[in-house]
Amino acid sequence: MSVHRHSSSSYSFDNVIIQSQAAVVGPVEGDGPLAQYFDRIWPSELNNHPSSEKAELALLIEAQNVALTKARIEWPNVDLVMGGDLLDQLIATNFAAREHERPLAGLFSACAVFAESLGFGAMMIAGGGPKTVLAAACSHHQSAERQFRYPLELGYQKAPTAAWTSTAAGACVLAEDNSVKDGSLVIEAVTFGHVIDWGEKNPNDMATAMTPAAFDTIKRHLRDMQRDISYYDQVYTGDLGVMGIRLLDAMARQEGLNWSRYISDCGKSLYDIERQDVHNGGSGPGCSASVFSGFLCHQLQHREFHRILLVSTGALFSPKSYLQGESIPAIAHAVAVSRIN
Amino acid sequence: MAKVRKLSREMKQYQNMADQLRPGKPIVKNAVVAFFVGGTICLAGQGVQWFFMQHGMTPKEATSPTTVVMIGLGALLTGLGWYDLVVKYGGMGGSLPITGFSNAMVAPAMDARTEGFVLGVGAKLFTVAGPVVAYGLAAAFVVGLIRYLFMGVG
Amino acid sequence: MTFLWAFVIGGLLCVLAQLTLDLFRLTPAHVLVLFVVLGAVFGGLGLYGKLVNLAGAGATVPLPGFGYTLVTGIGEAVKTKGILGLLTGGLTAAAGGIKAAVLFGLAAALIFKPKT
Repeated sequence: MSVHRHSSSSYSFDNVIIQSQAAVVGPVEGDGPLAQYFDRIWPSELNNHPSSEKAELALLIEAQNVALTKARIEWPNVDLVMGGDLLDQLIATNFAAREHERPLAGLFSACAVFAESLGFGAMMIAGGGPKTVLAAACSHHQSAERQFRYPLELGYQKAPTAAWTSTAAGACVLAEDNSVKDGSLVIEAVTFGHVIDWGEKNPNDMATAMTPAAFDTIKRHLRDMQRDISYYDQVYTGDLGVMGIRLLDAMARQEGLNWSRYISDCGKSLYDIERQDVHNGGSGPGCSASVFSGFLCHQLQHREFHRILLVSTGALFSPKSYLQGESIPAIAHAVAVSRIN
Repeated sequence: MAKVRKLSREMKQYQNMADQLRPGKPIVKNAVVAFFVGGTICLAGQGVQWFFMQHGMTPKEATSPTTVVMIGLGALLTGLGWYDLVVKYGGMGGSLPITGFSNAMVAPAMDARTEGFVLGVGAKLFTVAGPVVAYGLAAAFVVGLIRYLFMGVG
Repeated sequence: MTFLWAFVIGGLLCVLAQLTLDLFRLTPAHVLVLFVVLGAVFGGLGLYGKLVNLAGAGATVPLPGFGYTLVTGIGEAVKTKGILGLLTGGLTAAAGGIKAAVLFGLAAALIFKPKT
């Protein structure tokens, strides 16, 4: 049980496992190509909750509860809850803690918060702190529309580069296990991202704002860990979408790197882009959280993948900052997860 | 001490690359659909106006009740959850007619109900339509003033 | 004949707005404000009135018609009340539309819930 420092960004750990994982999603996500990998699919966006904010809270609590049930532990056994969401003052994460009454470390890095939580959680466990950490993140399409865009019934045309905030929550129970068995999923390493802003100002094109951050974090991770990208079966970015993946590929190519085979995106995988009218693809903290906890962990457990790198990406703007003419700073955090044979 | 962020050559290169990869807006298609959607709404408006004119109003007198009926129509379609689809496909064809103005007032009002009737609905009613009313009034005042000063008419 | 012109002129105004939106990368709110102001300006110049005579609802239903209504309202009020008309004329002419929108907005908030 220890933490190895590779640089001020990258750390690796011994024996931190993902004990269980859960993903709960909304109806649009449940209609997408990954439906079979999710634990629960809500029949409607609100699922009988009186507001979209309350629905998001319920979605998060449901994912957290399912993860605990699957790990066969109770709330009192959770030493620390970590995670975040998109709402002002982190109300989904904070209000959920009002219910479960466990110690909480709320984090904000917009849609990058799930990888940040996994990385921090693993580092704290490996450092001899908490024994069990519940890492979770969520987002809700309607509450995000209300906060960042327009009222729900207001008509407007979305740009083809616009992101579709997903209604989704993902949660993982992290724990130390000094006798890791075959088949366990371990969190091997984390690279915390730097905030990068290359001048993109359009909130309807977050892919262009976030791609340099993703590129920087992936490069930094590979350099710090002295790995080639082919070490991973697949690198999954959080919500770069159709446009962002093409941009990332082009950026890599400019530096003579051929990443095409190795890069995919959670937001692009979550939906059937042609059929579902989600523009550039999914976004929101719940996007990478649910795709990781549902789809990616399943693929690791079923030997489709052996090692993956999850690179959740976040656009760190507020409705006020962009009205004041600020460009959009972005961040990406990476966690390396692998299966023990 | 706001420091002005300067874009490096690398960043500008990146912006150019993004411009090339970015899927373009379907400008021609948007314009054609806007024409038919906007035209149809105005045609419906003309139908309403014709109805009032059949009941003895002059075209000028019929304008105001026509506006009220069209606003009601826009409000109803917004309430039923259909008007956002009209604008999603019709773009400005749905937003520019007065039915779109109605949508811009009704949608935030409906949306804000969870925050109460005074500080939610009442306060949010004009969030989207407010600028249009404010600058419409300001422009009309300036135009009226100039006409009054230079031509003696309003 | 007015019906045809209503369709064509109304449609063309929307096309103009759509092109402004798409080509100059403005937000819908900026385009709507611009068109209301343009309606007031062309109304003041007497040009928009000609369009209204030709196309009826094709010119009054789109938002520039709102700017035109405000300006003609001011014109009529100035005739009867003098300079005070500059302040009262605009809203008097547009009172029906604005009040209807407020009342329908409140009613819809009571009756309907957002769906999408």
